[in-house]
Amino acid sequence: MKTKMKKMLAVFASLLLIASAFTGCGQKQQVATDGSTSMSKVIGSLGETFEADTGISVTYNATGSGAGIQAVLEGRCDIGLSSRKLKEEEKEQGLQETVLAYDGIAVIVNPANPVTDLTLETVARIYRGEITNWNEIGGNDAKIVLIGREAGSGTRDGFESITGTKDACQYRQELTATGDVITTVASNQNAVGYASLASVKETVKPLRIGGVAPSEASVKDGSYAIQRPFVLVTKKGTALSESAQKFFDYATSQKADAIISAAGVVPVH
Amino acid sequence: MKKKQLFENAVQAIFLLLGLVTVGCVLLITVYLIVSGIPAIREIGLFNFLFGKEWASTAEEPKYGILPFILTSVYGTAGAILIGVPVGFFTGVFVSKIAGKRTRAVIESAVNLLAGIPSVVYGLVGMLVLVPGISKIFHVPDGASLLAAIFVLSVMILPGIIKVSVTALDAVPKEYEDASLALGATPDETFFRVSVPAARSGIAAAVVLGVGRAVGEAMAVMMVAGNVANMPSLFESVRFLTTAVASEMAYSSPGSLQRNALFSIALVLFLFIMLINATLNCFLKRNREK
Repeated sequence: MKTKMKKMLAVFASLLLIASAFTGCGQKQQVATDGSTSMSKVIGSLGETFEADTGISVTYNATGSGAGIQAVLEGRCDIGLSSRKLKEEEKEQGLQETVLAYDGIAVIVNPANPVTDLTLETVARIYRGEITNWNEIGGNDAKIVLIGREAGSGTRDGFESITGTKDACQYRQELTATGDVITTVASNQNAVGYASLASVKETVKPLRIGGVAPSEASVKDGSYAIQRPFVLVTKKGTALSESAQKFFDYATSQKADAIISAAGVVPVH
Repeated sequence: MKKKQLFENAVQAIFLLLGLVTVGCVLLITVYLIVSGIPAIREIGLFNFLFGKEWASTAEEPKYGILPFILTSVYGTAGAILIGVPVGFFTGVFVSKIAGKRTRAVIESAVNLLAGIPSVVYGLVGMLVLVPGISKIFHVPDGASLLAAIFVLSVMILPGIIKVSVTALDAVPKEYEDASLALGATPDETFFRVSVPAARSGIAAAVVLGVGRAVGEAMAVMMVAGNVANMPSLFESVRFLTTAVASEMAYSSPGSLQRNALFSIALVLFLFIMLINATLNCFLKRNREK
């Protein structure tokens, strides 16, 4: 008798578990976003304040720009996040882009490196492998170790297209996350890398490009050369759900500017 | 009585279903990999794909040659085996035959702990300690290299090799050893001339298991190998089959040749692992038959 009771209880408990797994969705209004890992900070803070205002929660899936774009295409999320402009072939598939903000890409070196200022052209020549020793550009006598991101990364795409080094970079390492780039540059005196301005920490030193230090102000007024757009991707001709539309309007409104700047990127307005 | 029979049948059906889930998963993955891996190989050409020396998937004129990845995976695994197997094997002999009860318990729990460490932690330690270390010791500009990956992999395959060797050596009948000792052989001679040959196929299985683990590892390797699609060389940045898939998958655009080529790499990797598993089964079967 006792064991039977126990059995019943177990069955009941597991049923309850199963039921609770199903009630998670649909009860609360949600906006699903999916895409660029570089946009986590800005989407995170926008989502937080949006939820506080409206009670609608915003989920964010950090999968990368390409994956985010695919998710929109397949209807797996409401808004896709891309840290590059859409390609023509992607627009042909019925997607449209709305620029949310601009992100500066900082060229970073180890704090022990005496080099502080390079021109855009010098950065390009370093990455193309035409300059291979720091002493050619006023640094120590040491080989330059080029750190980059993996093919297809929004940051790499942004950096390479801005510096004109597309497919020509002689990387020593291709890392798959911004944090890894920063860690690697912080631990190698002769390394140079690039990373989102928003994620640069004190462990590395951002270089001035053509005399302009990367900062929100210099990205906004366009004087800092290496910058790229953060884009919201939606389907053309398909209406967003009510809550997604609300979030979209909120994120692109001037009200959101303060939050976007607080996240370290530069709003469009 | 009938009710009981019905209940029995129902339970059996449920277990059968659960068993089939596993089989179904394997089948699903196999079919999915083949279906999504074949198109790119067709488009690129099997020869160009397998023996092309250049990989530039996002270039204007993309090149999809995975020979560097294949060779890197082979060399990396071979290197890891070269370091990991002797260390693991001798540890196995020590634990099984020489160590006292207490020492054995300590080593075994350490080995279990080592097996439980997530690969990302191996990668992190490798990235922060091993990579700068290699750069300093060997005076190379950057330590992220095939060598770093080999070191990390050889530590990662240790637990598997030790455990399987210990099991194999423990299974050697005590009479064999007693006979050897009685004939006047020293304990060391007994272990290496009698116990080890008797456990031969189990130890071979341990090696194959290590190969499987090393070939399939992605995360830790991605963090220390540098991931540039170079032809393998000890101090150069290299990309393995696993990391080639993992590093580009997130950003490749859907339906593109790049994405499909990544699936094809996964298919090649899958075939590698199948081959290794088949070898393993072969060893284990021989072991059982003896």
